[in-house]
Amino acid sequence: MTAQVIGVPKETFPGEKRVATVPDVVPRLAKLGFRVLVQAGAGEGANLSDEAYAAAGAEVVADAASVWSRADIVFKVRAPNADELRMIREGQVLVSFVWPAQNPDLMRDLAARRATVLAMDSVPRISRAQKLDALSSMANIAGYRAVIEAAHEFGRFFTGQITAAGKVPPAKVFIIGAGVAGLAAIGAAAGLGAIVRANDTRPEVADQIKSLGGEYVGVEYQEEGTGVGGYAKVMSEGFQRAQREVFARQAKEVDVIITTALIPGKPAPKLITAEMVRSMKPGSVIVDLAAEQGGNCELTEPGKVVVRHGVTIIGYTDLPSRLATQSSTLYATNLFRLMEELCKAKDGVIDVNMEDEVIRGTTVIKQGEVTWPPPPPKLSAAPAKPAAKPAVPVVAEKKGHGHGAGEPMPAGRLAIMFIAGALLFVLVGLYAPAAFLGHFTVFVLACFVGYMVVWNVTPALHTPLMSVTNAISSIIIIGALVQVAPPGEGPRPELIRWLAVAGIALTAINMFGGFAVTQRMLSMFRK
Amino acid sequence: MSPSLVTVAYIAATILFILSLGGLSNPESSRRGNLYGMIGMAIAVVATIAGRVAPAGIAWVIGALVVGAAVGLYLARTVKMTQMPELVAFMHSLVGLVAVLVGYASYIDPTASAGMSGAEITIHHAEIYVGVLIGAVTLSGSVIAFGKLSGRIGGKPLLLPARHWLNLAGLLVVIWFGHAFLHAQSVQAGMTPLIVMTVVALLFGVHMVMAIGGADMPVVVSMLNSYSGWAAAATGFMLSNDLLIVTGALVGSSGAILSYIMCRAMNRKFLSVIAGGFGGDSGKPRPAGGDAAQPAGEVVSVTAKEAADLLKEARSVVIVPGYGMAVAQAQHTVYEITKALREMGKTVRFAIHPVAGRMPGHMNVLLAEAKVPYDIVLEMDEINQDFPDTDVTMVIGANDIVNPSAQEDPASPIAGMPVLEVWKAKNSIVMKRSMASGYAGVDNPLFYKENNRMLFGDAKKMLDEVLVALKAA
Repeated sequence: MTAQVIGVPKETFPGEKRVATVPDVVPRLAKLGFRVLVQAGAGEGANLSDEAYAAAGAEVVADAASVWSRADIVFKVRAPNADELRMIREGQVLVSFVWPAQNPDLMRDLAARRATVLAMDSVPRISRAQKLDALSSMANIAGYRAVIEAAHEFGRFFTGQITAAGKVPPAKVFIIGAGVAGLAAIGAAAGLGAIVRANDTRPEVADQIKSLGGEYVGVEYQEEGTGVGGYAKVMSEGFQRAQREVFARQAKEVDVIITTALIPGKPAPKLITAEMVRSMKPGSVIVDLAAEQGGNCELTEPGKVVVRHGVTIIGYTDLPSRLATQSSTLYATNLFRLMEELCKAKDGVIDVNMEDEVIRGTTVIKQGEVTWPPPPPKLSAAPAKPAAKPAVPVVAEKKGHGHGAGEPMPAGRLAIMFIAGALLFVLVGLYAPAAFLGHFTVFVLACFVGYMVVWNVTPALHTPLMSVTNAISSIIIIGALVQVAPPGEGPRPELIRWLAVAGIALTAINMFGGFAVTQRMLSMFRK
Repeated sequence: MSPSLVTVAYIAATILFILSLGGLSNPESSRRGNLYGMIGMAIAVVATIAGRVAPAGIAWVIGALVVGAAVGLYLARTVKMTQMPELVAFMHSLVGLVAVLVGYASYIDPTASAGMSGAEITIHHAEIYVGVLIGAVTLSGSVIAFGKLSGRIGGKPLLLPARHWLNLAGLLVVIWFGHAFLHAQSVQAGMTPLIVMTVVALLFGVHMVMAIGGADMPVVVSMLNSYSGWAAAATGFMLSNDLLIVTGALVGSSGAILSYIMCRAMNRKFLSVIAGGFGGDSGKPRPAGGDAAQPAGEVVSVTAKEAADLLKEARSVVIVPGYGMAVAQAQHTVYEITKALREMGKTVRFAIHPVAGRMPGHMNVLLAEAKVPYDIVLEMDEINQDFPDTDVTMVIGANDIVNPSAQEDPASPIAGMPVLEVWKAKNSIVMKRSMASGYAGVDNPLFYKENNRMLFGDAKKMLDEVLVALKAA
């Protein structure tokens, strides 16, 4: 089979400046064995000239029709429009964003063309697939750009300054949703010097927020917000009420709100009400990254900047495209990584191997057959962690102020232990003489006291504890003492006395040495 | 002193011992706890001498006490903190030895069983037999543990063929002679079974500890501690002395709990530790192809200077000490580095794995000796979630306790053992003498991770160089 041709047409969507491959990536695709065809002017919006593509080894062709007709694989950013759909050939492979859940008509049309479609929005969220996760790449850019847009519309510095002309307070930025976009926004806003707060329904991201210089604003409500694949899920009514209260409070305080809350396959949740917008200071800015899915703010108008109640609401849906060079480069690299996965032999021919988890998830139509949605991912990255650790609640006795073990014993085992204990006691009671029983009582009780007392010891003190118990075990000296010369008795075998005296001397080593060394150790423990 | 007074004194001593153990459970009250222990012991000894020793014997007692005290205090003064495990093991052997001596003395003492009925004599003899048995096992086991800990005996477990059968045979012999002992008509006749049993018990103790690998030594030390308590309790039964019973049981059960806690920290079953054999894999070649995944990647080594540079750039540093630090006596240098880093405004904390070192709490004692404040010394559970926010972790002479294969590789011999997740930090520096594997004999994928750097050499020497480089800037 001859090498397959990758075609990159110019994006047709109005205002779309991105392009699906960049000159830097062309030679790398060539190394995999592919030939690359680029429509003239495809990289214009991203400041990439046709000459640059040509110099990198791509063939530049005049119009889209020749790209579509000659290419075996077509790289695009946006899903094809009606004109492009007509150009798709049977067996052709299309790689682009598709959003199968939101675009059932498009899916039907694509299937009717008997093409194979790889949707970059459907790449499974597993570690191995991270390098081809175009959603993350784009979200990262959107988050950064959201802060830049906000700073552009906002009438003040982000950073606090004390200048000769007076003191400037730092801007307060509140970011809703700490996914990739949210985290990028936190980093960018903190980098500009703003005070950044962020909220997310998934409590485990609090650390990530802090690591980027943000402050985690939690919602005091018990509910776990992590859904399949590490995305957020729809929350309960009670949680949403508590959440709205938190947001309403923040709205009054902050200067900029950036919302990034998206739930896969659902319209964006309405988190910022008109009421909250009204309560914001005049001149404040809201950037709604969910505008395309309907917006997180009630007053958002997708694609536009509007001013409502003195608050500028930015609803751009093309934030990545506004940073076209960067986003094209990252997207092109993601596509290159996908090609690596598809063409392991490096012979310029792709193999859509449905056994491979990553390729299976990404492929939404195979030769006209709809293969979306894929079976659920085997393991979600985040929840897998607790499973990896065995359930050994070492915490319980280490932290140590509750009695007993961390978890109660299974009832069956407990019952067996009790029965065994009871049998033992019955046996002792039946056969042992009275004098023995007294000692036995004392013995059993002492065992329990020892157990209760020691269970809570902090691990730091294990060594001193051991050394003190060791010293205390020299109580055995009593045994030797009573044998040296019991009062009121006649002469006794010399041997006994010598044994006893030796015993006393040896135990004394242990007794004095043990206590002294414990004292020495303990005096070293200090705050 | 009347018998009642003695009894009352014993009760006081018992309470003081319980308070002592209770006090030891947290650093604030620990010194008072030790004091309680001393007072309790003093009361018990004085009351016994006053009430149970005839004037003729007092000189003997005082002489023996003085000799023992002199030796004991000398040992306590001169022992290095890194040698604590050995000292503790050595002292356990003394308790075991005394239990044996007292048992023999009690057996040949004609007055001990005077006035007892038949059943009582049998019980008394059984008590002697058990007391000597436990004492002898404690004695020889502790001696071997001492040898292993002080390096006089190799750390690798000695696995005799059919060792479980050997133990079983030993047990049968002990039971058989126990039967003979109980039915002996005279002291002379009973002596042979008693001596045979003592020898078997000694061999059993040797065999048991010889079969346990170095990594499990903390559990063994703590277990022998428990045995020494049981030996004292058995002696108490033999002499009908409640104080001995109570105190022995206290020590015995506390030692057992401690061993159990240790085992949990290593995610191992107590029985499998005692059965031995762990840590022996280092001697055997790994199965061909390897059940456990072979770590891939490259080992990147750095110089002390580069390590210091990494530390200088970090905001938060976590230090993970292990046995290597103890061996190299590097704890003071570690503290100097800590001080230097803290003066630069960095957060420095210590992460202690529950079984780091050769004795429970070993690392804490060493760090305390070096004057490291104990509020920056954290336990595994307290610090594990902080590693992702840590810039640099410095692992000093530790291996198995920071081995990611415990979590990542189910085929690994240490799979499931809780470990310090140092690889989650942005960078880690591992100080080691060589690439040799730890006591568990498992290769450590941490060394091959991208964000890990190796600093080869003696921990003390390397840390000194790091300190110089840190201060130079």
